[in-house]
Amino acid sequence: MKAPVKWLKDYVDISVPVKEYTEAMTMSGSKVEGVEDMGKGIEKVVVGKILSIEKHPDADKLRICKMDIGSETLQIVTGAPNVKEGDYIPLALVGAKLPGGEIKLSKLRGVESYGMMCSIDELNLTRDYLPDAPEYGVYVFSGTPELGADVKDVLDLDQVVEFEITSNRPDCLSIIGLARESAVTLGVPFKKPQVTVKEEAGGNANDYASVEIQAPELCARYAARIVKDVKIEPSPVWMQRRLAAAGMRPINNIVDITNYVMLEYGQPMHAFDLNKIQGSKIIVRTAREGEEIRTLDGQDRKLDTQMLVICDENRPVAVAGVMGGENSEITEGTHTILLESANFKGSSVRITGKKMGLRSEASSRFEKGLDTENVIPALNRCAELIELLGAGKVVRGIIDCNVKPYEKKVMKLEPERINAFLGTDISAQEMIKIFEALEFEVDKEAMTLVPPSFRGDILAFEDLCEEVARFYGYNNIKPSLLTGKETMRGGKTYKQRMEDVITNTMRGCGLNEIYTISFTSPKVFDTINVPADHSMRNAVVISNPLGEDYSIMRTTTLPDMLRVLATNSNRKVPEARLFELAYIYLPVEGQMLPDEKETLTIGLYGGTSDFFELKGIVEELLSSLGIEKAEFKAEQNAFGFHPGRTANLYIDGKMAGTLGEIHPEVAERTECPPRTYVAMLDVQILIDASRTDKQYKQLPRFPAITRDLAIVVRDELYVADLMKAIEQKGGEYLEEVKLFDVYKGAQVPEGMKSVAFSLSFRAPDKTLKDEEVTQAMDRILKNLEKTFGAQLR
Amino acid sequence: MKQLLEAIQKQALEKLEKISELRELEDLKVAYLGKKGELTQILKGMGSLSSEERPIIGQMANDVRVALEEGIAKAKERLTKALRDAKLKSEVLDVTMPGKVRGLGKKHPLTAVLDEIKDIFIGMGYEIAEGPEVELDYYSFEALNIPKNHPARDAQDTFYISENVVLRPHTSPVQVRYMKEHTPPIRIICPGRVYRSDAVDATHSPVFHQVEGLVVDKGVTMGDLVGTLQAFAKGIFGEKTKIRLRPHHFPFTEPSAEVDVSCWGCGGSGCRICKGEGWIEILGAGMVHPNVLRAGGIDPEIYSGFAFGMGVERITMGKYGIDDLRLLFENDIRFLMQF
Repeated sequence: MKAPVKWLKDYVDISVPVKEYTEAMTMSGSKVEGVEDMGKGIEKVVVGKILSIEKHPDADKLRICKMDIGSETLQIVTGAPNVKEGDYIPLALVGAKLPGGEIKLSKLRGVESYGMMCSIDELNLTRDYLPDAPEYGVYVFSGTPELGADVKDVLDLDQVVEFEITSNRPDCLSIIGLARESAVTLGVPFKKPQVTVKEEAGGNANDYASVEIQAPELCARYAARIVKDVKIEPSPVWMQRRLAAAGMRPINNIVDITNYVMLEYGQPMHAFDLNKIQGSKIIVRTAREGEEIRTLDGQDRKLDTQMLVICDENRPVAVAGVMGGENSEITEGTHTILLESANFKGSSVRITGKKMGLRSEASSRFEKGLDTENVIPALNRCAELIELLGAGKVVRGIIDCNVKPYEKKVMKLEPERINAFLGTDISAQEMIKIFEALEFEVDKEAMTLVPPSFRGDILAFEDLCEEVARFYGYNNIKPSLLTGKETMRGGKTYKQRMEDVITNTMRGCGLNEIYTISFTSPKVFDTINVPADHSMRNAVVISNPLGEDYSIMRTTTLPDMLRVLATNSNRKVPEARLFELAYIYLPVEGQMLPDEKETLTIGLYGGTSDFFELKGIVEELLSSLGIEKAEFKAEQNAFGFHPGRTANLYIDGKMAGTLGEIHPEVAERTECPPRTYVAMLDVQILIDASRTDKQYKQLPRFPAITRDLAIVVRDELYVADLMKAIEQKGGEYLEEVKLFDVYKGAQVPEGMKSVAFSLSFRAPDKTLKDEEVTQAMDRILKNLEKTFGAQLR
Repeated sequence: MKQLLEAIQKQALEKLEKISELRELEDLKVAYLGKKGELTQILKGMGSLSSEERPIIGQMANDVRVALEEGIAKAKERLTKALRDAKLKSEVLDVTMPGKVRGLGKKHPLTAVLDEIKDIFIGMGYEIAEGPEVELDYYSFEALNIPKNHPARDAQDTFYISENVVLRPHTSPVQVRYMKEHTPPIRIICPGRVYRSDAVDATHSPVFHQVEGLVVDKGVTMGDLVGTLQAFAKGIFGEKTKIRLRPHHFPFTEPSAEVDVSCWGCGGSGCRICKGEGWIEILGAGMVHPNVLRAGGIDPEIYSGFAFGMGVERITMGKYGIDDLRLLFENDIRFLMQF
């Protein structure tokens, strides 16, 4: 809401500097977004009158003028084509400041010029504000302003304060509402509007037209006045300037008056050409199936049965609160008008406006729910202005259809309870003073309050507390820290602590944390080779996305990790070690909300990274989480991954994730380096399997015996299976089996590999004898020979 | 004999002086004191001496032995030290060369700030509550006193999945869910991802992070809210930080406030960061609206509470002087390594 300060001053004395005023308003709840000073940067620009014009001896396009500025006559050289003797012009004197710079004494082609005539562009003003300004050339005042007067005064250049009005305060979407708040904020009186309508046309409005509300749940009140002998012409300059300063374009006197009243009173108005209202009857009803209307913007609009429309006997003539119809529009030939001032239900206006894609100054006010008691004052102000401007003759009386008369709401005033809620010690008198200033009716005997009709937001005790707090000052409330309340333990849940363990372990492994957004494009599935019918393609779809790339909720983090790796690789970052702890969203049949699965994603390229480094990181994580029963199994069909360099992780038999090298085809397509490694793990499974209870084991007291075992087996055998077999037959003293070498090549037959383990044996209660270990080694070897056809090397 | 012994001692000690390697020392030791050594030979030849001479020469031979042994020990010490010194000298490092470490990975700056926020509130006895990001319209709006077609919904720019399912535009639904499952006293913060239909630019992202807080108990006052926010602001921005509450409107709180902190760039005198205002808005807060308490199954006649919410990106950007929000989601390692 843009409020010109001079307009506010019609209703409240603002004597403090604007900066102080805006600061105070912000702190009482009417947030000031900015102040536009229309005269900013303009100094020493005065009214001058052209006494004579001569040709410049040395330039065809320049002319030399003598100008009277009251106190003296100055010689001015100008290139403006549109001036003539006797014109009054804004003249920037030597030393004047303009938004474009300072004016200096200058010589134009040898002739001295003691100033510069100004166009509206040079004064940083718009044609909306000065509609009589010429397209090209300098501005010429209409009328005869005082010579030498400051143009800022003559042109009424005002300061315009822009307020951010919250949705609960539609009453402040008006000059009067803001003046009222200003008065309470500054502690000065609010000058209530005094309106007199002369009703010079006589007669009785009810003889000209009638109003019927057929949809009382959507229209609580509809009032109208009739104006005869209307003369459509431009509104006076002062009104045009105020409208322009407040951000509205002047159109003609009637439209401008309705807009002026809307800005001043916060009550949108509409004017119909009464002769175009068939049957002279206004019917407020919902639209009928198949009805249409061409609105003032020339668009044909289909109406539906939810929409509230203003109709005459036969057809809709306006969409209530949203826009008028072309069929009842005011035109040059209009001589009788019906002025509408009505109250429509906010949600209805909002829905209709949304369906039509229309939002206007009027609809944005109606949407918030307006005061039914403001309907008549606004209508009267409208009539008063019509009389004042001589735009027509107002017929006596008001057609007022008030189907839901306003009911006063009596509330308890409980100062102690308010203080207890705010943590303050404000006296009852002080509270009463605040409420009275806010135009609440206060009954000091009964300690009750009646909020004013325009304060529809005051519904409950807490709302009263806010009013007291606003004017007592939020920042005067003494801070306390839950004084006297029970202290609480607080802290993180087990899951949250395990997430910290995961994050810390990843960081310990040298991985940097990344954040990627949760939206993705349905196209990413093709990028990572997801089969066409795979369930991963079944995603949560956003119905109003910001474009296809952001249109579904991700069901996998793989594309996001690959994108980040590719970004870094493309920027020539030689090595990347990354992780992300984030969610994927999996729709569940028969459930409104998807399963949100927390996923740990690890991504590596460059440096020492290979499959086993990735696996090592995962193993380190399992160890941090105290997970023992984990198993890695080769996986040939994980899409996006290399068929021979990928494993699935199983914990207690549950599939907990996939890790491996990215398929070269996918790496190439996503612009990742050829050797890129990614792991994706199900965090819930990890957390469920995690164990934090640890038990101390006695340190060994007897020495261990270490034996190496090198065998040759078929290449396709898994080391994990060999190790399992060794452990099975190792006996009670086998303490640890470590792989220390895998070798293929010379001395090992084609299709075979040599695998070497280091086994260590230890007894807790004695020093082992060589024979005991040798027996165990024999058992192990025999079993390997039998099961895997292994040969001792 | 006597002269011979003296000669041996003199000769041996002279050799010891000149010796420069441990191996030579060993050879010398054998040459004089070994089984076939010169001194040993003399001692062996003592049998041929008279009984008067024997103790004298014996004593003398012993003295020579002791002198030699001492000399050898000394020479050994000298040589060992020389050897050690030489070794140390050969092992000199250029200690100004860079150290070797894989290095810890870095927390994302958003996590770093979130962790700080969590620490502050955990210290004040808060728990951390979580809830779904894809959320029912009911918890996202209706339970928060924002019925369908409420004008406040316009401001939210919400992503819809279906008529009744949205991407939560704030983490407030977690508060309602938590209230329904717990009885007061309640002290929680709710961190998490939220979604609003804003196109990506230097200060907007359709996905961002919030931390909201909720306290419900008997007799919770607005003063408690102010005190809590003050403690938080000092905790995150430093002890000198001041806060300022401006009245505002949120449907889910009443009274409501927007909260500014004194500028971290200039401390309040006005600078580029705060655009000369001296204050920077960082959160919204207020006393929980009675309708919201009711939706959470809590009787507003008995209990009261406060709530607050802040954007993690905004605080992170302010704290680290990050001027473009997109950096946070682009994950350039050279950016991540700075935190």
